[in-house]
Amino acid sequence: MWTWFYRLASPPHVYRTAAALAPWFLALAAAMIGYGLIDGLVFAPPDYQQGDAFRIIYVHAPSAWLSLFAYTTMAVAGAIALIWRIKVGFAVAAAAAPIGASFTLAALVTGSLWGRPMWGTYWAWDPRLTSELILLFLYFGVISLRKAFEDPARGDRAAALLGVVGVINVPIVHFSVTWWNSLHQGATLAKFGKPTMPGSMLWPLLAMLLGYMCFFGGVLCMRLRGEVLDRERQAVWVREALAP
Amino acid sequence: MNVGAWRAMRLILQRELCLSFRRPDQLLQPLVFFLIVTTLFPLALSPQLSLLRDMAPGVLWVAALLSSLLSLEALFKVDADDGTLEQLALSAQPLYVIVIAKTMAHWLVSGVALVVMSPLVATALAIPVHAFATMMASLALGTLTLSWLGSIGAGLTVGLRRGGVLLSLIVLPLAMPMLIFGASATDRAIGGESPAGALYFLAALCVFTSSLAPLAASAALRITLE
Repeated sequence: MWTWFYRLASPPHVYRTAAALAPWFLALAAAMIGYGLIDGLVFAPPDYQQGDAFRIIYVHAPSAWLSLFAYTTMAVAGAIALIWRIKVGFAVAAAAAPIGASFTLAALVTGSLWGRPMWGTYWAWDPRLTSELILLFLYFGVISLRKAFEDPARGDRAAALLGVVGVINVPIVHFSVTWWNSLHQGATLAKFGKPTMPGSMLWPLLAMLLGYMCFFGGVLCMRLRGEVLDRERQAVWVREALAP
Repeated sequence: MNVGAWRAMRLILQRELCLSFRRPDQLLQPLVFFLIVTTLFPLALSPQLSLLRDMAPGVLWVAALLSSLLSLEALFKVDADDGTLEQLALSAQPLYVIVIAKTMAHWLVSGVALVVMSPLVATALAIPVHAFATMMASLALGTLTLSWLGSIGAGLTVGLRRGGVLLSLIVLPLAMPMLIFGASATDRAIGGESPAGALYFLAALCVFTSSLAPLAASAALRITLE
């Protein structure tokens, strides 16, 4: 019953499974994002307050969500690898980190582009923005710690540990930043509250969210193959798999 | 020889304190750094006292954070370089006992010294005297939290040749909650409000890191030492 689980620890099996899964994820992502973009950018009605500017939510919200999802994936994979000594977990964590950092950056950039017309400024020290920025710093720390070690196995384990420590810290950072702003009530420009959305606006958003998750899955599979190949480059199965 | 964990902790603490007091110049450097950084702000911004009073908690906290970070790099490095750390790790004591003793020694030397010196800097920054007690309490809790967080970072970067910058990159994001509550406690005390809420949060963070950080730091040391 558990054989499928044990096989996940075998690099050649992961390499083949990732290769088989990647096209499915990417095709699903293309369909979902395609539908979401067309429906969201063209057919959804403009917001009565924000006009067409609200449409950036279709790129922004999924990026922000995925930035946290990728971090969790990275930390969980790292924890599994540390606890059960499953080396593939390190490969998953290493593959997820740059993708998550890119999503975080995308969320910050799209958010500030939206902030310019709506809040009148590219950057405000709003709790959400600040905690997202700290998340980006956490990603940078994990990525550069992994690369700082000459021995890659050691770098993997150190980065995995930092990822786990960071995941404990993510809720703390989030809540402290929220309370920080409520303690010092400054000139808050606007609140990014959850508008009760009509279905015509909501469906494309959900489609984009699922599409982004599939995209993450697809890119993760592709990067994972690269990581596995790099880590196993001395192994016989790699030579056989790559032999012409 | 069979030594109990408490005794081992006390011995290591004694050794660390003894070593740092034999090198008074290294003890003073972070404190002088603290003074210099706080001096930079009035020079760079404005020597106007009313403006300084508004920024003082932030300036004080950022300076304390940076100067404490400066001495964190050496937390395990000196002992790792001459092999002492490996001998300690091979001893019968659990590694976290050693981490606790070394981190406490670091806090006693750097954190407590900062707390003792802070009224001097606070006077220069025009913080009113009635806020001193809160400021010192918050700094004491905050520097202890930072020492715990820093022990994780120092454990992760101990084997690296240029670990200093990476250490700040790792520790500073983790230290941000502490900075927020510490500065706001001081700020509220200056304004005459009750700082209890922020101080409680600082204390909670301190307890949280004191209980979990030694475990994380010893796991980190096991990774980098092996």
